[in-house]
Amino acid sequence: MSQAVVAKLKGAFAASVLDVKEHRGEVTVTVKKEDIVPICQFLKDEAGYNFLCDLCGVDYLGQQPRFMVVYNLYNIATKERLRVKVPVAEDDACVDTVSTVWATANWHERECWDLMGISFNNHPDLRRILMPADWEGHPLRKDYPLQGPDREPYQGRLS
Amino acid sequence: MGVEKAEMLGSEADNVRVLGNNVITTSLDLLVNWSRSRSLWPMTFGLACCAIEMMATGAARFDLDRLGVLFRASPRQADVIIIAGTVTHKMLPVIKTVYEQMPEPKYVIAMGACASSGGVFDTYSVLQGIDQALPVDVYIPGCPPRPEGLLYGLLKLREKIMRERNTFGAAIGAGEVVPG
Amino acid sequence: MAKKETMTINMGPQHPSTHGVLQLVLELDGEIVVDAVPHIGFLHRGVEKLAENRTYHRALPLTDRLDYLAPMSNNLGYVLAVEKLLGITDKIPQRAKVVRVMMAELTRIKSHLVWLATHALDIGAMTVFLYCFREREAIMDMYEKLSGARMTSNYFRIGGLSQDLPEGFEDDVRAFIEAMPGHIETYEGLLTGNKIWQKRTIGVATISAEDAIDIGLSGPALRASGVDWDLRRDNPYSGYEEYDFNVIVRDGCDTFDRYKVRLDEMRESCKIIAQALDKLEPGPILADAPDVCLPPKKDVVNSIEGLIHQFKLITEGCKPEPGEVYQSVEAPKGELGFYIISDGSGNPFRMKIRPPSFVNLQALPQMVRGRLLADVIAAIGTLDIVLGEIDR
Repeated sequence: MSQAVVAKLKGAFAASVLDVKEHRGEVTVTVKKEDIVPICQFLKDEAGYNFLCDLCGVDYLGQQPRFMVVYNLYNIATKERLRVKVPVAEDDACVDTVSTVWATANWHERECWDLMGISFNNHPDLRRILMPADWEGHPLRKDYPLQGPDREPYQGRLS
Repeated sequence: MGVEKAEMLGSEADNVRVLGNNVITTSLDLLVNWSRSRSLWPMTFGLACCAIEMMATGAARFDLDRLGVLFRASPRQADVIIIAGTVTHKMLPVIKTVYEQMPEPKYVIAMGACASSGGVFDTYSVLQGIDQALPVDVYIPGCPPRPEGLLYGLLKLREKIMRERNTFGAAIGAGEVVPG
Repeated sequence: MAKKETMTINMGPQHPSTHGVLQLVLELDGEIVVDAVPHIGFLHRGVEKLAENRTYHRALPLTDRLDYLAPMSNNLGYVLAVEKLLGITDKIPQRAKVVRVMMAELTRIKSHLVWLATHALDIGAMTVFLYCFREREAIMDMYEKLSGARMTSNYFRIGGLSQDLPEGFEDDVRAFIEAMPGHIETYEGLLTGNKIWQKRTIGVATISAEDAIDIGLSGPALRASGVDWDLRRDNPYSGYEEYDFNVIVRDGCDTFDRYKVRLDEMRESCKIIAQALDKLEPGPILADAPDVCLPPKKDVVNSIEGLIHQFKLITEGCKPEPGEVYQSVEAPKGELGFYIISDGSGNPFRMKIRPPSFVNLQALPQMVRGRLLADVIAAIGTLDIVLGEIDR
C-alpha cells in the first residue's frame, strides 16, 4: 500500500522525490523542501494521510545538508504510516510551514524552531515553546553541550 | 492545652516541669516552637513525579492530616514549601517569587533527587539542586521518595524547629532566631 | 457609551488545578473566556538530548520519568522501538509479551485513576479522590513487588523483562481485577448521575471529530469525539491481536463522554488482564540475543562471563545497524511514539518522543473559547495532561 502511495507521489511530483527507502517495514520518502507544502497537501487529500503524528528536526552535524525535518504521517482509515523527510541546509535553515495542512503542526514546528533552530516560513506564531523566551542557542543541535554552554562538564562519571 | 509530657520534654528536660496533671511551666520559646512544628502547612507545589508521591502521602493510606499537615493553595498561608520535583531554569523565578510571598518563619524541604541535586537530569535546562537558590532545611533522597520518606522528612523538620532558640523574642522584635 | 474591554489574567504555573507547571494566560470578557494561551516548558528537562548521550540500555530509565503516571507504558514504547530498530521483534518470548500487556493495562488503570481523582477533585468531588488513590495504592504495591519501586519501575528490558514475576503476583493481580469493576461502579455511583457533575461536564469543552483529527488529538479524547481508532487493535504490538476487547467510542465530544470512555476503558483493561493471566505460561523472559540483551542479574553476580557481558553492554551499548524507526503504543493518554535514528553506534543518534499530552494540550484554546472561566478547569482535567511528557 505504501508503495502504491509512493508511486502515486512520484507520478505527481516526479522532480521533487529525491529518495525512497524502506527499513524494518517503514517507508521513508525524501523530498525537496520547496515542494513540501503541496506534497503534504497531496498526501492528505489524495492519499488519506489525515493525521500528522509527529514532526521533528534532526541535526546531522558535519554532513551536507546539515538538517533534516521529518514528518511522520498516519492514515486513520487504512492504518498506514509514511515518513517524509526534507533536507535543510544550515545557511538557509527554514522550511515552509505545514500548519496550514494539519493544525497540529503548529506546536511541533515551534518546538523544532526552539530546540533545533529551524525556522518555518509563514508560521502563525513562531515563538520559543519549551525554553525561556530569552534563551540563547538551540539545545538539541549536536554542537550544543549537554550541560549547557556556561558549565564545565562534570568529569566524575561516564555521561 | 492537651500537651503530653513526653512531647514537651523536647531536647532539654530542664525546661519543662509538670505540676500535677494540669499545669505546665515551660519556656516561651519552646511553646512557640511546639505550636509551629505541630501545624506545618505546606504549599501545594507539585513540579514533577515527586508531586504524585506527595499527593499519595496526603491521601487516605498515609494521611498527612494526622500530623497537622494541611496543604494550602496560597503561599500567604503556608509555613513550608516542599520542592517536589525537577527545578528548571525557566521555573526558578516562579519558585523564588512563591518563596518570597510566604510569611516568616518559612522552611524548605527538597524532596527527591532532582530537587536535591538535579538527579539524573544533568542537562542544560535543569538547576542542579534547589539549594543554589533557596535555603534548604531538609533533603529527602529517593527518585521519587516513598511517602514514608516524606513523612520522615517532615518529622525531621519538626525536630529542627523544636531546636530553634529565641523564637518568641524574634516574634516580638527582640533579636533574631537562632536556627536549630 | 461605556468602553468595553477585556481582562487578561494569569493562571499558573503555580496553580493547584493545572496538574503541574502549566501556565495559561486567559483573556476574559467578564466570566467568558475570549482566548487562552498555554505556556509550557517549565519542566523541560532535556530528556531527548540526554538520551543521545547514553547507551540504549541506559536511556530506558529516562522514559519512566516522561509520563510519570504511566511509567510502564513509556517503557513499553521505548523497548518496542529499540527492538524494532535491532530487528529482534520476532524473538521476544511469549511470556515476556504477555507480562508486558498485563502490566501496560494495569498501568492504564493506574493512570486513569489519577486522572479521575484529580479531575473530580478539581470539579469539586473530594471523596472520589480518596477512593481512587486507595485503589491506586494496590497497583503501587504490585509495582513494588515487581520492580522494587512504586513509580519509576524500569521493569521492561530491551528483549524482554528484567526479572520474572515474584511468587504470588498472579494472585494479587487476579484479586485486584475481580474487585476493580465494583470500585468503578462506586465511582459511577458518586458521579455519573450526580446533577452537579452533569452540569459541570455535559456539553463542556466540546471538540468535533474533524477538528480533533486536525489538531492531532489521540487516545480517549479522540475516541470520545467518535473516531474509532485504537493502536492496540489497529496496529497491534506485543501480541495485542490475541486479546478480545472492545474499543470504547462515544460521540458526545464533551467532557462527560471523555469521562465515560475512560471509565469503560478501565473495565476493558480488567478484561484484557484476565485474558493475559490465562495466557501466562512458564517460559523464558528474555530473547535469545546475547549481543543486545542484558544478562539476567543472577548471572551477573555469579559468573565472570555474565559480569563482563553486562559491563560491555552497559558501557558500549548494543549497536543497531544504521536506520530509523517510528514505533507508537496506545498509552493511557493517547498515541505515544518513539522515533529513533541509529547511526550504528551504541547511543541513539536522535530520539524524538511524540508525547500524547503535548499534542492534546494544543486543543485547549479551541475547547475553552467562548465558555466560562470555571470550564477551563474542567477542560484541563478532561485532557488528562502530564507536564513531564509535555515538556520532556
